[in-house]
Amino acid sequence: MLSLSELWFLLIAVLFVGFFFLEGFDFGVGMSTAIIGKTDRERRTLINSIGPFWDGNEVWLITAGGAMFAAFPHWYATLFSGFYLPLVVVLLALIGRGVAFEFRSKMRQGRWRKTWDIIIVVSSALLPFLFGVVFATLMKGLPIDAQMQLRPGFLDIVNPYTVVGGLSVTLLCLVHGLLFASLRTVGDLRERALNTAKKLMLPLAAILAVYAVMTYFMTDVFAVRGWALWIMVVLGAASLGLATYFVRQKREAWAFGMTGAVIAIAFASVFIGLFPRVMVSSMGSAFDLTVYNASSGAYSLKVMTIVACTLLPFVLGYQIWSYYIFRKRLNDQHHLEY
Amino acid sequence: MDPIMLSRIQYALTTIFHFFFVPLSIGLVLLVAIMETLYVVKGKEVYKTMAKFWGKLFLINFAVGVVTGILQEFQFGMNWSEYSRFVGDVFGAPLAVEALLAFFMESTFIGLWIFGWDRLSKKVHLACIWLVFVGTFLSALWILAANSFMQHPVGFEINNGRAEMNDFFALITNGQLLVEFPHTIFGALMTGAFVVTGISAFKLMKKQDVEIFRKSFNIAILIGLVSSLGVAFSGHFQAQYLVETQPMKMAASEGTWTTTEDPAPWTVVAAIDPDKQENSGEIKIPGLLSYLSYSKFSGSVKGMKELQAEYEQTYGPGDYIPPVRTTFWSFRIMIAAGGLMILLALYGTFLAMRRKLEGAGKWFMRLMVFAISLPFIANTSGWIMTEVGRQPWTVFGYMTTAAGVSPNVSAGQILFSTIAFTAAYTVLGIVMVYLFVREIKAGPYAVEKPEEHDESADPFGVDGGYSVVTK
Repeated sequence: MLSLSELWFLLIAVLFVGFFFLEGFDFGVGMSTAIIGKTDRERRTLINSIGPFWDGNEVWLITAGGAMFAAFPHWYATLFSGFYLPLVVVLLALIGRGVAFEFRSKMRQGRWRKTWDIIIVVSSALLPFLFGVVFATLMKGLPIDAQMQLRPGFLDIVNPYTVVGGLSVTLLCLVHGLLFASLRTVGDLRERALNTAKKLMLPLAAILAVYAVMTYFMTDVFAVRGWALWIMVVLGAASLGLATYFVRQKREAWAFGMTGAVIAIAFASVFIGLFPRVMVSSMGSAFDLTVYNASSGAYSLKVMTIVACTLLPFVLGYQIWSYYIFRKRLNDQHHLEY
Repeated sequence: MDPIMLSRIQYALTTIFHFFFVPLSIGLVLLVAIMETLYVVKGKEVYKTMAKFWGKLFLINFAVGVVTGILQEFQFGMNWSEYSRFVGDVFGAPLAVEALLAFFMESTFIGLWIFGWDRLSKKVHLACIWLVFVGTFLSALWILAANSFMQHPVGFEINNGRAEMNDFFALITNGQLLVEFPHTIFGALMTGAFVVTGISAFKLMKKQDVEIFRKSFNIAILIGLVSSLGVAFSGHFQAQYLVETQPMKMAASEGTWTTTEDPAPWTVVAAIDPDKQENSGEIKIPGLLSYLSYSKFSGSVKGMKELQAEYEQTYGPGDYIPPVRTTFWSFRIMIAAGGLMILLALYGTFLAMRRKLEGAGKWFMRLMVFAISLPFIANTSGWIMTEVGRQPWTVFGYMTTAAGVSPNVSAGQILFSTIAFTAAYTVLGIVMVYLFVREIKAGPYAVEKPEEHDESADPFGVDGGYSVVTK
């Protein structure tokens, strides 16, 4: 039977997986405006394809943060204070990206638009990269002391393993986003999105493979969770293979589903590999933060479990409904809101 | 500088900035929802135009409110990690519920509202904007539940050096929340109302789109009147609650050093000397402080010196007197701004009811434009009084602000982030005001021109030919 703190670890994992699955594609679409959006009208169409969704997608991150704060205060405190400078950049990027979507079309001058477009592209690439780096360090381990304080040096955060992790997530989001764009547009734009995705499948497979191998040698997750992670690797590779197949077949809905599966499997693996730890200490396993020593009291977890179980069905319901409302492809004849 | 001071400065700056946008969002979305309701009920296009025009301003404002809100959530872990460890159990729960219950709702239905004009039926589309309003309302409720816990901690016990929740119901029926929430919500509705009446007054003076702005003025002034009166009454209850639960804050905001005579007079103005712990040049109204504190013209109010002695008995040695001048003056600025708004709303409503708006003197219309600043002044000074008046406590009676700061973050890091956020916020503030002015100038009938220059002018240009045309 799951204890409540284990259940909340699972819920937070689900929130992060959901966040990367959903915001993953709008990060990708954001990046793709620079790659396949040749005219202003095309960039606008691309942004419109995520227009109704990106804000709701981002709430998955905010909720994950709130859930961490409430269910695992020590995890929240150690992680957020320990990753101070990367998080400052994350926040600046989130702020810039959020307002850029709203501000870019308020004026027609070339420089105004170009500035906000650049902010969209840069922040959409920077955010998955930084998240990738942070999640990689979680698996690799960080100098957490007996007081649960984290004082990382530069090399604890930036090293070959974490950089490859960051690049993997970025590229994965880009391909995922391109497939989303191809799913929601017609004509040239759709073709270009599909073709670009097709070209990126091989580099993506290569970097993910490198990352998996590095994870095997540079972290203890395979040692701790042996067969479970091997299953994830096999499933991930299969999903990526299917994604490539569907891209070639121009069946973008299936391809998009498969890159989504890759994202879900990748991040699920992180949480499986960590469990029951939430943060690995490189100063000795006695200093690891675990779901048991970092969690809130039983009463608090119980209340939150009731609240979450009551509310989640509604949240999922209206989010799915909004995707259903905006299911049609966008074409030149559509009035674009941005 | 030391990390505590820097973290305080950063918290104050980011919170004040965030709180420019939040109340305006809540207030504006209610007005937009009312306008769209009139459109659906009466079927007149003019109401749709109104909803769309004010909706545009709402969206610009909402975006800034949302992005600055994310920083607020992260900041607890980044700058105040010891605080987060100590109270995460209790304080984190309302934040998590806020995200689950309110943020998802706001963000999903705002998306449906913006992009759904021609995809949803009129009624479903209308329901979307009302759900956005409900979302902002619930968001305020939960964030204030969290704040109320800091002002008046309830529903928890101390275990292993941490506050652990033991009564969720107590947390959401916290007496502090019951007085703080109505006061803040009325303040928010008042903010939306005064921004809309102010902008409408400006347009009416210029005789532009008179029908739209007369109607907007009329709807908003009514909300302005109800909410400004609501603010005053709920503020009165909040002050009374304060006397019971945080007497030091009340004494500081009154500049009362020694326990007053009975009945207690209200000090209108005074020169305060915190070092000598005395005031000079006071102007007092007899008996009024007793009335504010207890709803009767008798009873004395405790002074800071006596309270300091009492707190030292309870909590050990230390300085428990908050920055008195800041608390004292922010309280007065809030009341002055609030009082002025009540008067303006009364006169404005009188004009609107008599249908004499267009004949109104230019002085009144100009005053209404100036009054756009009043709710922001009142909201900000209200929060400064509430938060500065609580010092040195972050969780009243349990944890000082100084004890809550992150021990592993250096002053240099906080200085860097403070500069970065301040710079980003400055740019945001300027852009946002600029866009507001631009939208207002363009007016409700500004139609977006089709982008005919897109591909034809120079298909090889970086901007798809666009920059060629504008140069």
